[in-house]
Amino acid sequence: MRFRAKIVDLACLNHFSRVINTIAKLAKTCTLRLTVSKLYFILSDKVANGGVSMWCELCQGNFFDEFQMEGVAAEHNEIYLELVPENLSRALKTAQSAKAVKIKLTNKHCPCLRVAVELPSLSSSSRIVTHDIPVGIIPRRLWNDFREPSVPDFDVSIYLPVLKTMKSVVERMKNLSNSIVIEANLSGEMNLKIETDLVSVTTHFKDLGNPAWASEDGCQSSAQDKDLESMAEARIDIKKLQQLLAGQQVNPTKALCNIVSKRIVHFILLHEDVSLQYFIPALA
Amino acid sequence: LSRIGDELYLEPTESGLSLRAVNSSRSAFASFLFAPLFFQLYEPGGRQPSRELVRCKVLMKSFLGVFRSLPSLEKTVGKCLILLKPRANRLVVQLHCKYGVTKTHNLAFQECELLQAVFDTQGCASSLCAPARVLSEAVVHFPQTLAEVTLGAGPGGKISLRNYVEDEAAPSKTMVTELRLAEDEFQTVAVTPGSRITFCLKEFRGLLTFAEASNLPLTIHYDAPGRPVVFTLEDTVLEVHLVLATLSDPESELQPPTANGASHLPAPSDDFADDLESYMIAMETSTYDDGPSGVPPSPTFPLRTPRPAESDPEEEEEEEEEGAVPGTPPHKKFRSLFFGSVLTPGGASPAPTQEVLAEDSDGEN
Repeated sequence: MRFRAKIVDLACLNHFSRVINTIAKLAKTCTLRLTVSKLYFILSDKVANGGVSMWCELCQGNFFDEFQMEGVAAEHNEIYLELVPENLSRALKTAQSAKAVKIKLTNKHCPCLRVAVELPSLSSSSRIVTHDIPVGIIPRRLWNDFREPSVPDFDVSIYLPVLKTMKSVVERMKNLSNSIVIEANLSGEMNLKIETDLVSVTTHFKDLGNPAWASEDGCQSSAQDKDLESMAEARIDIKKLQQLLAGQQVNPTKALCNIVSKRIVHFILLHEDVSLQYFIPALA
Repeated sequence: LSRIGDELYLEPTESGLSLRAVNSSRSAFASFLFAPLFFQLYEPGGRQPSRELVRCKVLMKSFLGVFRSLPSLEKTVGKCLILLKPRANRLVVQLHCKYGVTKTHNLAFQECELLQAVFDTQGCASSLCAPARVLSEAVVHFPQTLAEVTLGAGPGGKISLRNYVEDEAAPSKTMVTELRLAEDEFQTVAVTPGSRITFCLKEFRGLLTFAEASNLPLTIHYDAPGRPVVFTLEDTVLEVHLVLATLSDPESELQPPTANGASHLPAPSDDFADDLESYMIAMETSTYDDGPSGVPPSPTFPLRTPRPAESDPEEEEEEEEEGAVPGTPPHKKFRSLFFGSVLTPGGASPAPTQEVLAEDSDGEN
């Protein structure tokens, strides 16, 4: 099992750092899955996470100048690691002016991801900062826990409003209530509602647009049968929603959510080379 | 100094005003000595030079409160007068501001014992000197919350800094960060290969901030693990020392040494008085490497040719000197000679350190 990668381009490095920062805000510990062409940051829906789950996918070619990976076995050419993304975020934080960043999987005293940052200096040789991030190797028998979640059979799919606006609304609502109701319909309308003994606040968004999904069984007509005005809603933990919105450092190219009434809200945030899916279950 | 302790010790001496602080576990000590030339007027004995010099300590918070907003101070304050009124038990800090406004702060003080860490930079096996900027840039890679850091002379002539992880915590849980600097980033390097010491980052960062702001190179003197590490900054009118305890060996916990962890002391004991006794005995019986002017290397004034001050340290609590210390070379020679004469003890009065120790022994008895 080997892994070695290198980033030399500063723009790629900053982009990668931003992705890591976002992941670090969403999960204390998560799984990093490495394949020949992609990296995945996965959080599976255990009770400890409050039922949320995350699936983030990056194409390695868009970030790394060099990427070599050898999995556990020839027919299972992948590596699954458990790590604390905050450590990776910290390691990259002071690498903004780096000449190169190399990441390597090592096993000196214990398995670590070694991040070596080469920094410019006034002297003849560069400064090298190494960060050894302890990781856990996840054995093959547990790999099934980390499969890509399927898109749920949703009632409504809608594009999200401008994330910055949504974030400030949710942040203020967070002070008033622990849970928030997201409801939306197929006419591009979304409401965010909170209700307490003293006050209820609703923010209405219009003209958001609904993405078209090709139906699996190919019958598109079923979508037209649905009542365009009826709202699908789910009550979710407001802190989880706020975390998701606060963690976004760059505006996504596309941001949408799928609501399964009273069950789960599935958020999809797409950037050019990164896709992030986040599932927040409805509260009982 | 406020990063180290809650009390500010003020000691006027013939060689200048010394401001000191120590932390509660006595594992960190710092002193800033401002030469008389730093001030427009310096009268250690007040109006009656023959009077005994008083040392006192004040609450750090109270003292800092006087100088709370530095930018506004720089704009409004013309002069700052500090005087000690022993009979009234007050330290008076008077700010003479624009438009005839005078702000007088009366701080209560306590008389105190001598606060002096015993250390000997000449006796240290290794030393490094680097511009403060290099060290600041090095330290930035470590998280703000990191307690201890290990400085070492590694293979290939590289100087390394790495975060210290206590062995009790599972080593497989903590991230380890290590920075390697090439020897040529330092102005001087005289280290024992393979040597390593571990010390607290917090107080060191405080000194680094000051050093960077005053653009002075920082010298690090260290010896074996367990012996204190001494950081010094100096220019023509200021001498700064920060003495930190170091971990005695990788296995044991960080022991707070007494403030007297000098090279030939017996094992540190809890009783401060006893240690001072033995230190004094050691002082009187040992031979020191005398500096050029015959003054034993005191912690406060090793006699070296001062480097030209590149910029006046502007963040001191006192106001900036007004032309008393020119930074330009033509005056330098004159000042260093003058300095030398202030320092060199005449036949009559003993050298500053010895005087200080003598006082203390009286205090102990």
